[in-house]
Amino acid sequence: MNEDTIKKPRIGLFVTCLVDLFRPSVGFASVRLLEEAGCTVEVPMAQTCCGQPAYNSGDREDAAAIARQTIEAFEEFDYVVAPSGSCAGMLKKHYPSLLKGTSYEKRAEAFSAKVHELVSFLVDVLGATSVAAAGKGGSVTYHDSCSGLRELGIREQPRKLLNSIEGVEIREMENADVCCGFGGTFCVKYPDISNKIVEEKTACIEATGAQTLLAGDLGCLMNMAGKLHRQGSPIKVRHVAEVLAGMEDDTPAIGGGGR
Amino acid sequence: MEIQSPQFKEKARNALANEQLQRAMGKAKTGFISKRKKSVEALPEFEDLRSSARAIKDHTLAHLDLYLEAYEEKVKASGGHVHWAETAEDARQAVLAICRAAGARTVTKGKSMITEEIALNDFLEKEGIRPVETDLGEYIIQLRGEHPSHIIGPALHLNKEQVEEDFRRVHTQLPEERDLSQPESLLGEAREILRPQYFTADVGITGANMLIAETGSSIIVTNEGNGDLTQTLPRIHVVVASIEKIVPTLEDASQILRVLARSATGQDMSVYTTLSTGPRRPGDPDGPEEYHVILLDNGRSSMLGTEFHEMLRCIRCGACMNHCPVYHAVGGHAYGWVYPGPMGAVLTPSLVGVDKSGHLPNASTFCGRCESVCPMQIPLPRMMRHWREREFERGLNPATQRYGLGFWAFFARRPRLYRLATSLAIPTLSGLAGRRGWFRSLPLAGGWTRYRDLPAPQSRTFMQQWQARSGAPHGREGGDR
Amino acid sequence: MSGRNAILGKLRGALGAAGESDSARRAAVEQRLAGAPRGLVPARGQLGAKERAALFCSMAEAVTATVERVGASGDVPLAVTRYLRSRNLAPSVRMGEDERLAGMNWASQRSLEVKHGPADREDEVGVSHAFAGVAETGTIAMLSGKENPTTVNFVPENHIIVVEAADIAGDLETVIARMREKFGKGAMPRILNLITGPSRSGDIEQTMLLGAHGPRSLHIIVVGE
Repeated sequence: MNEDTIKKPRIGLFVTCLVDLFRPSVGFASVRLLEEAGCTVEVPMAQTCCGQPAYNSGDREDAAAIARQTIEAFEEFDYVVAPSGSCAGMLKKHYPSLLKGTSYEKRAEAFSAKVHELVSFLVDVLGATSVAAAGKGGSVTYHDSCSGLRELGIREQPRKLLNSIEGVEIREMENADVCCGFGGTFCVKYPDISNKIVEEKTACIEATGAQTLLAGDLGCLMNMAGKLHRQGSPIKVRHVAEVLAGMEDDTPAIGGGGR
Repeated sequence: MEIQSPQFKEKARNALANEQLQRAMGKAKTGFISKRKKSVEALPEFEDLRSSARAIKDHTLAHLDLYLEAYEEKVKASGGHVHWAETAEDARQAVLAICRAAGARTVTKGKSMITEEIALNDFLEKEGIRPVETDLGEYIIQLRGEHPSHIIGPALHLNKEQVEEDFRRVHTQLPEERDLSQPESLLGEAREILRPQYFTADVGITGANMLIAETGSSIIVTNEGNGDLTQTLPRIHVVVASIEKIVPTLEDASQILRVLARSATGQDMSVYTTLSTGPRRPGDPDGPEEYHVILLDNGRSSMLGTEFHEMLRCIRCGACMNHCPVYHAVGGHAYGWVYPGPMGAVLTPSLVGVDKSGHLPNASTFCGRCESVCPMQIPLPRMMRHWREREFERGLNPATQRYGLGFWAFFARRPRLYRLATSLAIPTLSGLAGRRGWFRSLPLAGGWTRYRDLPAPQSRTFMQQWQARSGAPHGREGGDR
Repeated sequence: MSGRNAILGKLRGALGAAGESDSARRAAVEQRLAGAPRGLVPARGQLGAKERAALFCSMAEAVTATVERVGASGDVPLAVTRYLRSRNLAPSVRMGEDERLAGMNWASQRSLEVKHGPADREDEVGVSHAFAGVAETGTIAMLSGKENPTTVNFVPENHIIVVEAADIAGDLETVIARMREKFGKGAMPRILNLITGPSRSGDIEQTMLLGAHGPRSLHIIVVGE
């Protein structure tokens, strides 16, 4: 180990369950971005899910057990980074209240201070103003996922980095800050309502004429991509990290088949 | 009103298929949002005023018993009467007693959600007293035998053609060939029809936006002026208000007024903000001879000090529903009781029981837009989650849901087993999709695939690939417990 | 009385109000009611007298009131006549017994009928004298009483309000302070109407239309610099 690696911030990557299962390329894009920004990235094997399905279903006991397990797996790192505003929000904002009054209270608070969503971590903590990627460019539109936007204040950061890529043109959609209708288990518990909301969203996306839809949360992306595909839209859908990491050439867009 | 919240899903589906409603909701969702945004941006102190307003209510709630006593004393000193009503029935009986004593046959009403909550109109009609709603929106829905679909825009779910139909059906004394195609003509007709009612009514009933402990005043905030005519012209004015409406002083009321109209309609101030203190005084040429306040609890005292305590800060501006994607999709009637949208999703279970209204706190994506615009900074999503917790504890969620959740949690709490299971399942699922990349339908995923396709997993899980790539696993191995 | 005791009892139970903590709570309430501390007052209305009056006028116009400025109270009757003519209204107004209005030479407007007392259904135009104006929002403060009956504010279709420029405050808090001076701490006129523009309704398809149940038009005459 040389001096350089000693100074490097040590990141524990919280992959998120959806990225782990459905779209590993987002995880590899996150690793690439963090390493390019001078971090050491490790992936603790003891992670599964942030616990939101339990937490938001009123099952505090399972949610708390998952929270404790996640804290144990990650508290040794300098930072905990997740490519999702929703999961990062769960770890950062909700673990402390979930474990309040338990023996994990202090640990949850210390853990919370280390947690960041990927893109805001690059910009706000590491001070990144650009990325190395020289992607394909083209027109993109960006959906602000709810938790990232309202719990973590993520809005300008992804736009800033996207604008640093030559040839990328951001076409803002109307109501970019309005929910896409995913809402975790909501979309299967109330499919009719969820459908109505995502229809409104895809209309706004289509109206921009952008080639690609980007966002920072895979749940929302799968919802919007699934609706766009059902509607026969040619718009490609990706996690913003893939574009920032310059991985468009070797990674098909969501639903574009395996590798 | 009879609670229909258990039929939420069915009512939501009907609402989504109702073209008239969808057209009305389409118009409704843009106006409120842009107007609020504009007025909020024009006031640099708005965010600080939210905190200030919140602090006032927090202080008041912590001393609610004492402020109510102080308020009562002041009302009495100004010649008014205070009636304490524990339940909706107590409140109805109090109103009836006042009406009976006055020999009242007609009462005019200003817009009041509390009188909706206690279902006063139906009750009065059964007792032979005719209630006349005078707020335009309330008047329209009274003609239709409906309930408000929005707490500040009762007829938000209607289009002008529907209103025209109702006016033609009911106002048969007017010439058939009159032109009612424009909102202006509808408004003009309602004005002419209602005007005589104010002068003939024996009792005027209003709600209150606030009650001021310092002075014993009640405040109504309106745009039309109907509330003022209602409380000025009849011989008796009855205010029906719930106990959490109290604020300490005039200054406190002023703070809250600065966030109320902006959050509701995007106005700096509503047209008429009226502070009423007691009945007509010696020398007064107008005003009611009697002034009554009915203070309603109806379950609110049981919220105090619980995880739903903060809901009592609500000032009924409607901003939460104006910004709610679920409310926009299904409208207010789908919620099945008096209070719709996010505030209703928290308040309704508190007032009628979560066993009857469990859908309401569940039918939310937790997008958080409601909380972000709430002038009182009420953590609405958090409290909806608390209701879900109560439901879970009491085993009120459907068995399939509990089973699915339990199955998932079993694995999520055992990382090694989880990795094993997913490393088998995911490549299989990926292989099943083949080169298509999408599933159009999938067993157990009907909720998803009814309306959208499901992207297939890329190939193996990230964890599988990462382990293969880096040889030995990084970090501590997760042990299953 | 049983309802009262039951409700207060439940509240005290939920708030854990007992013993010493209760005397602290009582002290906090007494202090707040007595002190009536001012909250946050926006900078918008905190201006010199001239700018304040100008802000009041522009805010009132922004809520579709019409505003006219006259040099002295003696100019008001002519301004009223001209307004009625410009609106094609019959030369008849309703007003209360406000001394400031009574001191104006209404007789100078020969064709103008001035009726006194509370408004009735036949009245088309009401004339009132304001207690104060609020520059921050373009709001008029009206007090009830025989001087300016509340019915005059709501029953006629057209409302003309006279306000002295000197009575225009920056904010509502200043008006509250003046009211306390006039009526005493904790006392109120029977009615305080804060009026911000003419009556309107957005209940049909969220289109704001003027003239719901209150006056369709609100004309404000500001007297003095």
